[in-house]
Amino acid sequence: MQNEMAKEWVELNPDEKREERFKRWLSTPPGVKFSSSEAEKSYKERVTRFTRAFQLKEPDRVPCILPAGNFAAYYAGSDLRTVMYDYDELKRTWRKFLNEFGDSDMFFGPGMVPPAKALEAVGYKLYKWPGHGISGDTTSYQCVEGEYMKADEYDALIRDPSDFWLRTYLPRVFGAFEAFPQLPALTTFEEIAIQSFIPFGLPNVQAGFEALLEAGRESLKWAAAVMEVSQEAMALGFPGVMAGLAKAPFDTLGDTLRGTHGIMMDMFQRPDKLQEALEKIALLSINSALSSVGDSGPPLIIMPLHKGADGFMSEKQYETFYWPTFKKVIMSVVNEGIMPILFAEGSYNTRLDIISELPKASVTWWFDQTDMARAKKVLGDKVCLIGNVPTSLLMTGTPKEVKEHCRKLIEVCAPGSGYILGGGANIDKGDPDNLRAMMEAVKEYGVYK
Amino acid sequence: MSGDFANLLADLKEDEVLKLTNERIKSGEDPMKILDDSREGMGVVGERFADGEYFLPELVFSGELLKQVTELVKPHLKQAVETKRLGTIVLGTVAGDIHDIGLNIVDFMLDVNGFEVHNLGVDVAKEKFVDKVKETKAPIVGLSGFLTPAFDAMKETVEALEKAGLRDNIKIMIGGGQMDDEVRKYANADAFGKDAMAAVALAKEWVGAK
Repeated sequence: MQNEMAKEWVELNPDEKREERFKRWLSTPPGVKFSSSEAEKSYKERVTRFTRAFQLKEPDRVPCILPAGNFAAYYAGSDLRTVMYDYDELKRTWRKFLNEFGDSDMFFGPGMVPPAKALEAVGYKLYKWPGHGISGDTTSYQCVEGEYMKADEYDALIRDPSDFWLRTYLPRVFGAFEAFPQLPALTTFEEIAIQSFIPFGLPNVQAGFEALLEAGRESLKWAAAVMEVSQEAMALGFPGVMAGLAKAPFDTLGDTLRGTHGIMMDMFQRPDKLQEALEKIALLSINSALSSVGDSGPPLIIMPLHKGADGFMSEKQYETFYWPTFKKVIMSVVNEGIMPILFAEGSYNTRLDIISELPKASVTWWFDQTDMARAKKVLGDKVCLIGNVPTSLLMTGTPKEVKEHCRKLIEVCAPGSGYILGGGANIDKGDPDNLRAMMEAVKEYGVYK
Repeated sequence: MSGDFANLLADLKEDEVLKLTNERIKSGEDPMKILDDSREGMGVVGERFADGEYFLPELVFSGELLKQVTELVKPHLKQAVETKRLGTIVLGTVAGDIHDIGLNIVDFMLDVNGFEVHNLGVDVAKEKFVDKVKETKAPIVGLSGFLTPAFDAMKETVEALEKAGLRDNIKIMIGGGQMDDEVRKYANADAFGKDAMAAVALAKEWVGAK
């Protein structure tokens, strides 16, 4: 630190850590050389605009996150399937969008487009993607829900999650790991290893590791392409706004281990085991969340939330099964000065009071279909809100309708700061002028005076 | 006694329900009676869901209980079960979308409310909807979808039903994730329902039930 009075990192409280991280975000990102002094100035203005909104201080105007998930692919005349397989196309399409779209407050790099060849290398079964399980012209990849963890496997998961993952869960979702149940628990390596290596010599086990190596090689190529475009965007003055990703423990267990049906049965038939597993998974989530945020990027972690939405469970069930370990993950991240962006899919109208207990300006809530007026009323003086131009309007409406909808949202949510205009969910294709209408709206209606 | 059974099921008392099922079978009671009571109990579950007392976990668990009761009763049934139905509905998640949580809740609620439901599952090609409507002569079609690809798939499914000359004889409802009235207009469906209760209300209205 420049200031000799500056405290060591460990001595900082969560608010000070967050301040420090926001400050680092504002400095030039490593490896980036701004294309002009103009670009550098814009970059800093944009980061400051977001930072102030997150901190509930008035920015120059309402910032806007464009919900342009895979939009670039379609904008440039390609599609998701193509850019999942062809990294040159991935770069070309995202670049075209970057260079032609016009002004925006941030840029989503192509980091959410998965490398299909890596997934194919390990025979990934957890997801279907265009041309792989669903029709090639589908605009999204989708999770295949199933009971990948059986009801009687809670003890195994709780005892040793890594071992459970390696020898039980992964063989069920990676076709290439079918033989991995034959592996020994790695903790059996003790003293001089005599028999423990044997399973690693089996041809089908070796094929599994070969597949994993191939997925790794493929992913490096992908990562280089993603990095190239993301850095170009920053060099032109457009910050990214997402760094890490984390999930609520109930969703981890309910989405990809037990499945919705399984976890809901467990709420009745084995609630204690469920709670114990959620506690265990919380530790894993915290670990991966913290390691996903670098020292210099945006100090933000997005947490997409699924099964705690209105209608999925009662308030009491939410408070019993969903909220405690979710809150634990949130607070562990917050205590390190990282701001979780909590993206509540569906609606969260019945959760607003429960979630209002989090410390001031410690998190940001991104709402999909939640009533924003009520959200502003309950949470507005505590945390920043993002939302929620309907996906349907963005995809089927006119720019005029979009802009008008944004105006109303801004009127309700912007007063006193703590508001970022955003979509309910990402759109994949449609009229780019509908996205431009969002930018027009923040400039016309979102200026703080 | 039968009222007790229905209530125990509605209250999700797993052990008691199964114990009582076994006792009733052993006593030589007409197994149809047990199924009737189960249906009554599931009706109460449906009401509690509609009233906001029960949520998804209770639906899932009660469905599982019903399955267990039915398994116990089945070997003792002499004739096939036939129940009077309010009407027939063809249901499915449209092409390019593999989500089924909402689809299955709607299926469940329509079923406990007396409809015959033909659930085609997920990623259903438009031709399959057409074929099933022709086969069942169902007056109602429910299209489910979660993500944005469903917008176009719904539109195309409605068009296919129209092209097959079926559109005038059916009512089409849509629902799920990112669906709303904008999408309803876009897809040219008759109604958007925001949840499973809305689906039941629409279906009842369309078949002229109370």
